[in-house]
Amino acid sequence: MFFDILQIIVFLLVVVGIAIPLGIYMKKVYSNERTFISRLIAPIENFIYRILRINPLEEMNWKQYAGSLLTFNVLGILILMAILMSQKYLPLNPQGFGGMNFTLALNTATSFVTNTNWQAYSGESTLSYFSQMTGLTVQNFLSAATGMCVAIALIRGLVRKQTKLIGNFWSDLVKSVLYILLPIAIIIALILVSQGAIQNLSNYHIVTTLEGAKQILPMGPVASQEAIKELGTNGGGFFNANSAHPFENPNAISNFIEMMSILIIPIGLVFTFERMTGNKRQGYVIFFAMLILFILMFSTIYFSEIKGNPLLANLGIGSPTSFEGKEVRFGIMNSSLFSTITTATSTGAVNNMHSSLTPIGGMIPLLQIMLGEVIFGGVGAGFYSIMVFVLFTIFIVGLMVGRTPEYLGKKIESFEVKMAILAILIPSVVILIGSGIASITNAGTSSILNKGPHGLTEMLYAFSSAAGNNGSAFAGLNANTVFYNLGLAFTMFAGRFGCIIPVLAISGSLSDKKIIPESSGTFKTTTVMFVFLLIAIVLIIGALTFFPALSLGPLVEHLQLWRS
Amino acid sequence: MGKNILKSFLFYIIFIIILGLLYPLLVTGISKIIFPAKSEGSLIYIGGKAVGSELIGQNFIGDKYFHPRPSAAGKDGYDAMSSGGSNLAPTNKDFISTVSERLAAFKKENNLPDNTIIPADIVTASGSGLDPDISIESAMLQVERISKARSIPANEIQDLITKNTENRILGFLGEPKVNVLKINILLDNLGK
Repeated sequence: MFFDILQIIVFLLVVVGIAIPLGIYMKKVYSNERTFISRLIAPIENFIYRILRINPLEEMNWKQYAGSLLTFNVLGILILMAILMSQKYLPLNPQGFGGMNFTLALNTATSFVTNTNWQAYSGESTLSYFSQMTGLTVQNFLSAATGMCVAIALIRGLVRKQTKLIGNFWSDLVKSVLYILLPIAIIIALILVSQGAIQNLSNYHIVTTLEGAKQILPMGPVASQEAIKELGTNGGGFFNANSAHPFENPNAISNFIEMMSILIIPIGLVFTFERMTGNKRQGYVIFFAMLILFILMFSTIYFSEIKGNPLLANLGIGSPTSFEGKEVRFGIMNSSLFSTITTATSTGAVNNMHSSLTPIGGMIPLLQIMLGEVIFGGVGAGFYSIMVFVLFTIFIVGLMVGRTPEYLGKKIESFEVKMAILAILIPSVVILIGSGIASITNAGTSSILNKGPHGLTEMLYAFSSAAGNNGSAFAGLNANTVFYNLGLAFTMFAGRFGCIIPVLAISGSLSDKKIIPESSGTFKTTTVMFVFLLIAIVLIIGALTFFPALSLGPLVEHLQLWRS
Repeated sequence: MGKNILKSFLFYIIFIIILGLLYPLLVTGISKIIFPAKSEGSLIYIGGKAVGSELIGQNFIGDKYFHPRPSAAGKDGYDAMSSGGSNLAPTNKDFISTVSERLAAFKKENNLPDNTIIPADIVTASGSGLDPDISIESAMLQVERISKARSIPANEIQDLITKNTENRILGFLGEPKVNVLKINILLDNLGK
């Protein structure tokens, strides 16, 4: 217990200590200021602009921005599908794996382009090194960069006045990759290798164990993918076991680094926002609302896992009993923390199997995804999602106390509120309708591993994970079926772009507005009270939408477990 | 629209080269130079032959060795080609009965009294199915059996565990543990 508390305190301090300077650095990058690596990167950046005939200073309105973003992402899905389906004929395939079939390729491509990284396949026995590198690793970068572009475009909309322009998508994309994601990923990848994560293009090793049995050890360029998988809150594992696999996550240090990589950009962006608005307290309000929710969620998982499984305790098993699906080197503490982080953000990497968590321990990851991953959230996605809730909170408060809804001097009017509601509603609707269809059709229920309420949770988790672009799973569910491959591909696409497009619309509409000076009629958004209002709105919306479903799944299972 | 498609397409060509080829190859190259053994899977060699990776667990069935945790990877466990956990729910009846069977088997093979409290790690499957470690308690409970099978005094084996316990990194990170493959190699080196 002492060590557990020490670990989380040290962890949070280190993460915030890195995220703040990173946030300031990102502000410089997106505002075209010189940074300490400009000398190295700027020539490459300008070279790319020249080839593509892009003038980075030529900005777009929100519709042009959204159009470029959508075209780029849809084309990304098609290219990735082509790579996955034809890997048989492509190089770097030492194990000679065949191509993916159409529905699995569509699912996988949508999954990686939408930053979901839901995996209905098992990496070590399906994908060539070429597919992993040029297909998945590339999309790990680009889907993260896409999220960052949207977040920055939204901040610009909040800060600017009386212009329709919110930035140049191509330039934001290039900057996100070259100045932020790539340099950090290289450093993280090398640290991971130093701890034992593998990085090679060798054939799989065949070893003879001490007892004379054969064991095949899969190889591959793992660390380079692992680094961006966490940094970009992607979450798609090189291997089936994801970050529980010792080659992806060999020890407590690599685990620390991976958890840290997930959080630094999402937290950093809050401080980028603070710098770009020049309003310090505005950033802290959001940061503390997220932090309070984070600690609440972590504690719930942690104590539920410590309390364990009474059915195992009755058999004469020592505490902590909830060890199925967990690794000895991570224990309860680092498993609970990883699960909290991976679902607070939209990462979905796992270092323990969520399906085997205690019912309440497994409900929290699900709940966090349902809430829209606003607790730090995905790279970029977390920031724009919490802003949607901020606008919504201001609107509700405005209704309650009769003050003009304003944020940062911008009037929040009917258009913004409608778009905010769309961004909240679209993911929720696809989750509930999707899992509703799954639970009444044979195609849906025949994939379940654990019968009863846990089975409902498996389906609910799958659709939430897809809509929230998380990608983790209650992995008992056999997801590689035509029904789930197609259903979840649609859900991922709707969950991603059904949120991004309204957000860009909000940005475009806000940037066009005047900034009005604060008056006595303005509701202050920099108070402690606003922190708790924001938390309350996030929780209430989540509860109203999903409580019935959660009570039939994990809550019933919890009662069953403790009845005996 | 057409312009956007062309731009996107060129973008992918450039980024596939930078991010899909140069980036992983750069990291591979540097790793090969600075961390040659680790980047190749931390293999352990005996007499020039690889017997496994110190990071990847393997099956041990015989009485002379420490046994690893149960594994859900592949049919017989520890199949590194199909890593993964059981994904069984804590309320699943099959899960509870599997654990109670493992419990009985573990007590029987180690000749433990019925009321011994057994640590959870040695009767539950890990998330990866390839967990290379067991807890110190789980190692200690196996000492008697190994001592008998190898005719080595029990205290020598206990010493071996104590000396080879991997403690929390930097004194606070992670959990104390015993690496099963490494300690089994040391057992072989004890003679017999």
